[in-house]
Amino acid sequence: MTQPKIKSKLIKDVTQLVLSRRTKMCNFLEYKDSKIVYRRYASLFFICGVSHNDNELIALEVIHRYVEILDRYFGNVCELDLIFNFQKAFSILDELIIAGELQESSKKNVLRNVSQADAIQDTEESQESITSIKSR
Amino acid sequence: MSFSNLKSMIKSLRQQKTLADERSLIQRESAAIRTAFREEDHFMRHANVAKLIYIHMLGYPAHFGQIECLKLAASSKFIDKRLGYLGIMLLLDESQEVLTLVTNSLKNDMNHSNMFVVGLALATFANISSQEMARDLAQEVEKLLSSTNSYIRKKAALCAMRTVRKLPELHYYYLNPAKSLLTDRNHGVLLCAVTLITNIAIAQPSTQSDLKKAIPLLIRQLKTLITQGYSPEHDVSGITDPFLQIKILQLLRLLCINDVASSELVNDILAQVATNTDNTKNVGNSILYEAVLCILDIEAESGLRVMAINILGKFLGNKDNNIRYVALNTLNKVVRMDTQAVQRHRNIIIDCLRDGDVSIRRRALELSYALINQSNVRMLTRELLSFLEVSDNEFKNGLTSQISFAAERFAPNKRWHIDTILRMLKVAGNYVREEVLSAFVRLVSHTPELQAYTVQKLFSALQKDVSQEALTLAGLWTIGEYGDVLLSAGSYEDDDQVNRVTENDIIQVSEKKSVHVTENDIVELLESINASPYANTVIRQYVLVSAAKLSIRFGKTFNESQDKLRWLITSYETSPELELQQRSIEFTQLLDMPDLVDGVLERMPPPEIRASILGGTASEAKPVGNTRSITDSSLVDVLGDESPSVGNGSGSAVAGGARGNAHDLLADIFGTGESLGDASASSSVSVGANTLVHPQEKSEKSSVTDIMGLFGQAAPDGDESEKASEEVKTYTAYDANGLLITLTPSPDESKRNIVNIMATFSATGLVECEKVNFQAAVPKSMKLQMQPISNTTVGTEREETQLLRVMAQPLQHIRLRLRISFQVSGRQVQNQVDFSELPSDILK
Repeated sequence: MTQPKIKSKLIKDVTQLVLSRRTKMCNFLEYKDSKIVYRRYASLFFICGVSHNDNELIALEVIHRYVEILDRYFGNVCELDLIFNFQKAFSILDELIIAGELQESSKKNVLRNVSQADAIQDTEESQESITSIKSR
Repeated sequence: MSFSNLKSMIKSLRQQKTLADERSLIQRESAAIRTAFREEDHFMRHANVAKLIYIHMLGYPAHFGQIECLKLAASSKFIDKRLGYLGIMLLLDESQEVLTLVTNSLKNDMNHSNMFVVGLALATFANISSQEMARDLAQEVEKLLSSTNSYIRKKAALCAMRTVRKLPELHYYYLNPAKSLLTDRNHGVLLCAVTLITNIAIAQPSTQSDLKKAIPLLIRQLKTLITQGYSPEHDVSGITDPFLQIKILQLLRLLCINDVASSELVNDILAQVATNTDNTKNVGNSILYEAVLCILDIEAESGLRVMAINILGKFLGNKDNNIRYVALNTLNKVVRMDTQAVQRHRNIIIDCLRDGDVSIRRRALELSYALINQSNVRMLTRELLSFLEVSDNEFKNGLTSQISFAAERFAPNKRWHIDTILRMLKVAGNYVREEVLSAFVRLVSHTPELQAYTVQKLFSALQKDVSQEALTLAGLWTIGEYGDVLLSAGSYEDDDQVNRVTENDIIQVSEKKSVHVTENDIVELLESINASPYANTVIRQYVLVSAAKLSIRFGKTFNESQDKLRWLITSYETSPELELQQRSIEFTQLLDMPDLVDGVLERMPPPEIRASILGGTASEAKPVGNTRSITDSSLVDVLGDESPSVGNGSGSAVAGGARGNAHDLLADIFGTGESLGDASASSSVSVGANTLVHPQEKSEKSSVTDIMGLFGQAAPDGDESEKASEEVKTYTAYDANGLLITLTPSPDESKRNIVNIMATFSATGLVECEKVNFQAAVPKSMKLQMQPISNTTVGTEREETQLLRVMAQPLQHIRLRLRISFQVSGRQVQNQVDFSELPSDILK
């Protein structure tokens, strides 16, 4: 199987497994050589895979940290925020975790970095609209 | 018709009613995007890539956008780079050729003046770098590790980690910079540095000795974290930076494994973490859990280990499923080492069998198997049996095997053993492996004093319920084999029998009235089983054999029940199942041969452990009865049963005594008796695996003899003659004071990890040697069983033998320490020799 196929099978399998769990069950399940750690927030599931030697309890905390930051960033985050602003959700994730490892334990730093990058983007966007108006 | 921006596309997609509508909209949109890409539409590139990423997230193909992402990343604008790199991370992976084209953009952007552009490049590298890319950019990453900007340093550290994971040999670029990052004041950088060092230590174990120098520093950092007061920036429900604490604990664990000196350094801090961390929230427990893992893995003080297991014990009482789950999981890992400490939490583990969460039930079950021992076998087996009634079906096969195994190993008496298995068969007879069944059959045939009891129990159980396959099979076999016992026992069925039954806590008997079983009752039972909807081919085969056996167990006079039996047998003469048809015809023929039939269908001898180990001469030298009792005790030995076998003739008692001696000797040689106990406890698993294998081999053999019932004794003979033809080599172990001892090793036929060593004693002088006592010991990694010597007086005329069975790993070199004592012409001789001349390839 090629990489993308493996990836889509994995997403399909894990989605099914997690959705079939009842609320009373623990938030971990074993899948192939790794463990799936998931956490549900209203209708949204946040799922991550960790290796067998990893600490599942702290993985839950990492998920929670991400959700807290999303919540702070969007202000009472909901599903639609993530759908329409998925790039932002990815940017925040990339400021929190890269290569599968947590890179920043301070919420404040993550939020500051994302909003500074947003500011650069906004300046560029307004400049662009100015130039396009001028060129008309 | 393409959407002008991402937002309108998402809105429109969300309005689609069916999956087919969504799919067709996406197909149209993808086609439009593809055209725009082909026409090099610069203005729309950003919007199109954004749309395409969304399409990809919905699970539709988007690979044709890869090159556009590269173009965006190469743009001078941050807004384009941000989306371009996101697209690269999502649409590409390290297996793709296109990735090589990204290297150059990454290299440029890593040297960009804007830190956020550098950040994008580093994040992309860390997430998807291939080996090739890692090699190309290793030095760039190294440069950035010493950047003055903490935002870049931390990301570079994780890029370095990715490089080391891909190419461990490149660790030398990062080792020193990483160590200097350990003093960084920024938590993010520190976190990434610890992660990097952990990965270097894993990828390149040779660096560990150097990295151990950092242990005191790590301890200091950890201490600051746990003693520091409230720090708002890194606080998680009252705990300062649990993420960093856990990373440090993980690194300490890695560096202290198998290292007593380093472990000593961390004892204190681990104790501090374990006592000072707040255990009311998940965060605190995650740190405690990590500390426990660390303590259990390193060479921690014993007090600390007990503390760790008690923390897990406390976890078991936690309301949170997650905490219980990790506790059970971890206890499963340590139960082999610290059985006693885990035993203390037995009740709460048993409670977890009734948990609402199947994952927790499964862990608890595994753990309770490991906890069964001599003293708690009654209680735990009772729990497991009641769990068996309510457990998920997926557990039942394992449960029945484990119950059978535990009963076999630790049964306080045979009666309890039989009762336990009977109850198990009644409750879950459809979830019993064949080897469990044949172990039961063997148990019954080796327990003549309880055969009447067993066959009655099975008979009345089958009268009530024939839906449990294994129960039916066990019942059919037993009734067929001991039909005469059932008939005669039934006739003097008395109160005593019934009282004993009701006293027992495991078996409840509904009817107390004395039952008289008649031939007709038995035949009717057979017929009803045969006609029941549960009867499958195997059950029919058993019915057939049972009927054949019963026709000689019953009275010889021709009567109605004989007639019915004959009818039952002949009814299969036209069966479409070849096996049944053939047996049916053969039995019919056989039953008409009065001089043959009794011999063929007579009571089976109790199944033996392959006696071929005794070799040609030895088995001839022994009287038959003796062989049998020796087989018994060797069976007990193999099963690792510590309890002396109950009244099985004088032979086994001698064997027990000899074994006791051997144990003492082992204890002498290896120091205290306790350590020996430990060793045997820790290896109990492997014994378990063996016992499960054993009955199966036996069952194959016995089912052949059972079903055919014709060539009962012929098979073993064949084996022995085969055995004798094999070449054997003999080694001299001892030759002094008028006694010669030679050892003849041969690999066991049925078990690949066992060597049978036949010790042969002969007197070399003119006088006989008396009171010969031969004892042996093996290293702890092996196991030894000894049979009693055939005669403690070695005469001048004949040789005496003694069998040793050594269980070892393949290719393990077998070493023996031998202690010999005997009297020769009134003089006491005692000697000890080490013997290691056996070829190491004897176990292949």
